[in-house]
Parts: sequence; structure tokens; C-alpha cells
Amino acid sequence: MIVAEQKPLAEIKSMLGEAKRVLVVGCGTCVTVCFAGGTKEVAVLASTLRMSTHLDSKETVVDEVVVQRQCEWEYIDPLLATLDQYDLVVSLGCGVGVQTLAERFPKIRVVPGLNTMFMGLPTKTGECEERCQACGNCVLDQTGGVCPISRCSKQLLNGPCGGSQNGKCEINQDVPCAWQLIWERLTNLGRQQELLKVQPPKDWSTSRNGGPRRIVREDLQLPEGYRD
Amino acid sequence: MSDTQQISDLKIVAFCCQYCAYKAADLAGSLRLQYPPEFRIIQVPCTGRLDTVEVLHAFEEGADGVVTLGCMPGDCHFLEGNLRARRRVEWVKKVLAEVGLEAERVEMYNLSSAMGDKFAEYATEMTERIRKLGPSPLRRSGKQVAETPVAGVS
Repeated sequence: MIVAEQKPLAEIKSMLGEAKRVLVVGCGTCVTVCFAGGTKEVAVLASTLRMSTHLDSKETVVDEVVVQRQCEWEYIDPLLATLDQYDLVVSLGCGVGVQTLAERFPKIRVVPGLNTMFMGLPTKTGECEERCQACGNCVLDQTGGVCPISRCSKQLLNGPCGGSQNGKCEINQDVPCAWQLIWERLTNLGRQQELLKVQPPKDWSTSRNGGPRRIVREDLQLPEGYRD
Repeated sequence: MSDTQQISDLKIVAFCCQYCAYKAADLAGSLRLQYPPEFRIIQVPCTGRLDTVEVLHAFEEGADGVVTLGCMPGDCHFLEGNLRARRRVEWVKKVLAEVGLEAERVEMYNLSSAMGDKFAEYATEMTERIRKLGPSPLRRSGKQVAETPVAGVS
């Protein structure tokens, strides 16, 4: 899932400008799971914005709503009926959610309430860790299901490096060495001999190096005249 | 408006666990112990039930202080609801400071159902603290913070 964290209240407030009516829009998918933009977080932000703007002697109205998924047209389209009541939308979705709202509703200003951090998972309650960088060329089959791109600080394909000490990465004692994890995993599977193979340089053209990415599935595309 | 009337205007919302603080309040009454009338009790099944947003809504609706009273550490009927509540109260203090309210307006106390005297003591202590801080700045303008608490499509 996509992991995000809320921006400081002062930063969000600075984005409000002279807006008199604000709608805080949450998302019921990834950012709900990482406790950044779900129903509770939307309620807390709306409440703090109402109180904070009130203390600034502003008459700002802050309402709140949560859509199931901010990154798909059909889930955000029902908002259109009420959006003309507002001067500004604060999105508590990830960067994709913010852009989906902005793209679908060109007449209203949309600002981000979250900083989108990474793709990962909740390792325990209140903690999320990065697991994928969307490099577009997955190598997990060669590394025992442990990603060296997102979990090795140097993104090495032939690790570990000399900075691996007692299973930890040299950048921080709290960061496990990805290549230590890969070694342990492949040893448990009895496949450590696979690490003898030297990996060639990775093809990064599928990653961000090739600019914004796009996937087209012609078999799924609708014929001319049909509405997406 | 006299000073006495101003004091009686204060509202301190006390979320009391039904297993300890609520019964301690009952005991305080049986013992004929006095505690300030500004202390408004709300019974909750466990302080772990309390969420950040409920504390914030209390302030939005005009509370001058919010207190959470839960069981002694280790004695929670639901094992650790009181410990979770304390972490949330500490979090709310930070949120209030960001909003521009005094963090001291929120507090958590631990006591048992046999501590009627402690209940009265904590109620008095918190009320004295809020009296010193004065009414919530959110109330001073005399206007309600929100037109409606929630408007939604979800």
C-alpha cells in the first residue's frame, strides 16, 4: 500500500489562504490503513482546522468527507454535487488522490494535507516500512522475496557491501542489511548457491529514468464513443 | 457578571471509566465529599474507548478542560485500555498546542473505585488549574466554532 504522513498543521493552514469554506477529503484505502487520511484522521484535521482558524478570528467553515478510493474517477464523482459550496479542498489522500481530484474538478483548488512517503506495509501497529520502489523490473525471484532496490541503501544487486555489520546497515543501526536478509532467506530455503550468479547492471529504463510511466492494455480499452 | 458567575460558567468534561473513576465519583458522593460543580462526568466503558477526536470535539463544543480518569496501571478491566488512553492524552496535548490551545487543558489521572477522596482531589486540582487558565479561547469570542460538526457524502 501507499504510506503517507500528515503535514504539520501550520503548513496545511498556510495553504488555506483566504478560503472561507474548506472540504477535507479523506481516502478509505491505503492512507486509512497507515492512519494518515482515514475517517478519524479527517475528523481530527477538520476539528483542529476549525478551532485553529477560529482562534485566528476567521469564519472558516471546515467540512469533512471520506471517499472509498480517491484515485479513481467513479469514487470521487459523487463529490461534484457538493463541491460548488467550497473554495478549497484539502486532500488527505496520497499524491495520486490529490491529482485525481485536481484533474477531475478543474474549477476548485485542491491542496495536499499529506506527504506521500513510500510503498510499504504496516510491520506493527503504528509503524510502516518501505518495501517497493516501483522500479518496473522486479528482481524478487532472484533475491528470495527481499527487495534490494527498496531495502538496500545502495540498491545493490550483488551485495552485501562492506557497510553490513552484524546484520545491520551502516547508515543506521535500526536498518537491517537487505543482503543479510536475502542471505538468511535463501539459506532457509536451501538456495544460497543462487547468490553465486553475478547479476548484470539493472535496466533502469523501466523506472523513473524513462520519465512518467504509462501502461496501455488494448484488450481492456473501450471502443470509440464509449465513456470511461 | 461577577467572579462567582464566571467560575460557574467553566465546563470541564471528565471521561470516567465505569469500573473505577465513575464508581469513585459515586463513593465521593456517599462520603459527602465536595468537588467543584464545573466537573461534568461522562461515563465510558473504558478509557481506552476514548478517541482523540472526541476530546477535540469537546473543546469545539465549548469545554474549557477535558479530563480522562482511568484505572490504576495494571488494573484495567480490558488489560491496557488505560495505558492506551494515556498515550492518546499525551498525543492530544501536542495537537492542542499546534491548534493554539494550552496543552494543560487536557489531563489524565489514574485511580481505583475505592478512591473517592482521590476523585474529589483530582477534580478540585483540575478545576483549579482551569480556573487559573480561564475560559477556553475558543469560547471567548462567544461564537460557536463549527456551523455543523460534520457534513458528508461518505
